[in-house]
Amino acid sequence: MRHLLPKRKSIGPLDYIHQRWMKLTLALSFVFLYAPLLILVIFSFNDSRRNIVWRGLTFKYYEKAWNNDGLIEAFANSLTIAFFSTIISTILGAMVALLLWRFRFTLKGVYEGSMTLPIVIPEICMGVSMMAFFSRVGWPSGLIWPFNLSAITIAHITFCFPFVAVIIRARLANFNLEFEEAAKDLGASEWQFFRDIMIPFMKPGLIAGALLAFTLSLDDFVITFFTSGPDTVTLPVKIYSMVRFSVTPEINAASTVLIAITLLLTTIALWLQSRAGQNLGH
Amino acid sequence: MLGIPPGIWLTIFFIIPLSLIWLFSFGDKRGLIDIDLTWTMANYARAMDPLYLQIFLKSFWFAGITTLICLIVAFPIAIAITFAPSRVRPILLLLVILPFWTNLLIRTYALIAVLRTKGYVNIGLEYLWDGINAVLIFFGMEPSGLIGERFVPAPLLYNNFAVVFGLVYVHLPFMVLPLYASLDRMDRSYLEASLDLGATQLRTFVSIIVPLAMPGIISGIIITFIPALGSFLTPDLLGGTDSQMIANVIERQFKSANDWPFGSALSFILMYVTFFVLAARALFSKRNSTMESG
Repeated sequence: MRHLLPKRKSIGPLDYIHQRWMKLTLALSFVFLYAPLLILVIFSFNDSRRNIVWRGLTFKYYEKAWNNDGLIEAFANSLTIAFFSTIISTILGAMVALLLWRFRFTLKGVYEGSMTLPIVIPEICMGVSMMAFFSRVGWPSGLIWPFNLSAITIAHITFCFPFVAVIIRARLANFNLEFEEAAKDLGASEWQFFRDIMIPFMKPGLIAGALLAFTLSLDDFVITFFTSGPDTVTLPVKIYSMVRFSVTPEINAASTVLIAITLLLTTIALWLQSRAGQNLGH
Repeated sequence: MLGIPPGIWLTIFFIIPLSLIWLFSFGDKRGLIDIDLTWTMANYARAMDPLYLQIFLKSFWFAGITTLICLIVAFPIAIAITFAPSRVRPILLLLVILPFWTNLLIRTYALIAVLRTKGYVNIGLEYLWDGINAVLIFFGMEPSGLIGERFVPAPLLYNNFAVVFGLVYVHLPFMVLPLYASLDRMDRSYLEASLDLGATQLRTFVSIIVPLAMPGIISGIIITFIPALGSFLTPDLLGGTDSQMIANVIERQFKSANDWPFGSALSFILMYVTFFVLAARALFSKRNSTMESG
């Protein structure tokens, strides 16, 4: 119907976006969302300690952050934790997704419901329960690196893998069951079907899920705050303790690096997902 | 077979820890780390103490007002995105989602720099003040009576205002996305019919758009309210001494105050509230779908 209407140059009644007050609202909202972050990034390059007036471009706060051993150690810890959490939560998430997609079993509802629990319960509750758990079971502390990070890594896997499962399940929902019939007709075993059909089909979902797990782990503060000790500080926990102390351009520099990594990984994940969505037609 | 490893993982590292603090919440604190499981209700009774009840009410109030502001701000954004030309729409959506992917701590820190006494908002206000002052003096008027003797920075940080501002800042994308999802599914011919039949834009909004977007509104309210209610970082970094929320009290019980049984009881009250909200929502959507099919 719509294309039959004559093309009008004037603003149509449903062209809300072209109305002035709507444009203004949108513009103000984006200023509200982006101005604080842009200011943070811009002033990480500002050649002034007081951090308010622009005094020229400098990279010295990045250099300072780079030479801050505590910060670099926290960053290395964060990357290590994110790396291990990503691997294990992608495997666990894929298992949950395949199980819930393929099989019917008794108590499926309960299983499915408990797998979404880590997503819905307040972070603080999960944080304190992890803290209580690791202290009560006498989880070894003071191990050599990277084993001293095991408690944080376990906590991260626990809240990451349900998210990964959601992403992979969304991908599986598009699977054409005729592929399975064709493979089985042609004599493929269950394992061959899994290896040659399912894994390649799931690949975009696996990668997107892995990237999501990585960013979730890298970004987490609340749960890490309750599971980290004095020797196991992650980048967000380190930034938190610096923020409590004072506002410095060095924090801006460290924050900018973290924002850049997250944005890069997210962009890759979104790109992969949209590409996978386009490939569905083939 | 497939379900066993994740099931075991979830049981050991999620169900058992939660059960542990559930047991603690009925325990008695003895000494520094000893907790006796006496099935006492004292911890829950203590949570009903006016002091903590007030903090619960305050958390509800903060989360409620945040949800309301988010709804009011997000509605025009969602409408604008829905009716935007199809090439602009993904870009606008991405712009809404991007901040969401930025670290919560960093976003909160960014607000500190904006709101503090020597932050950008106050610097801007000071320029404005200086400007008005100069104009007033130019016209030979005494500025002190009108706008004060000297510039006083607005107290924007470490108070209730800062906490609500921060909560809105953090949760706005949570509200835009479900609103957009339900508006996008809406049949536009209803709107055209309404406008053709002479209803004003406002009338169309109230009697067509809002009812059709109701599932999105409900989802948006739920997924904004729940995380806002359990917020820890925002009140911790932006709030003052009287703007503590329930999560800050829980943190204190587990860290500095070292009263795990009481902290556990508070955690479980927070969790029960969360489950109650989710259950109410599930019930509502079930009733709605039976109404639609029936």
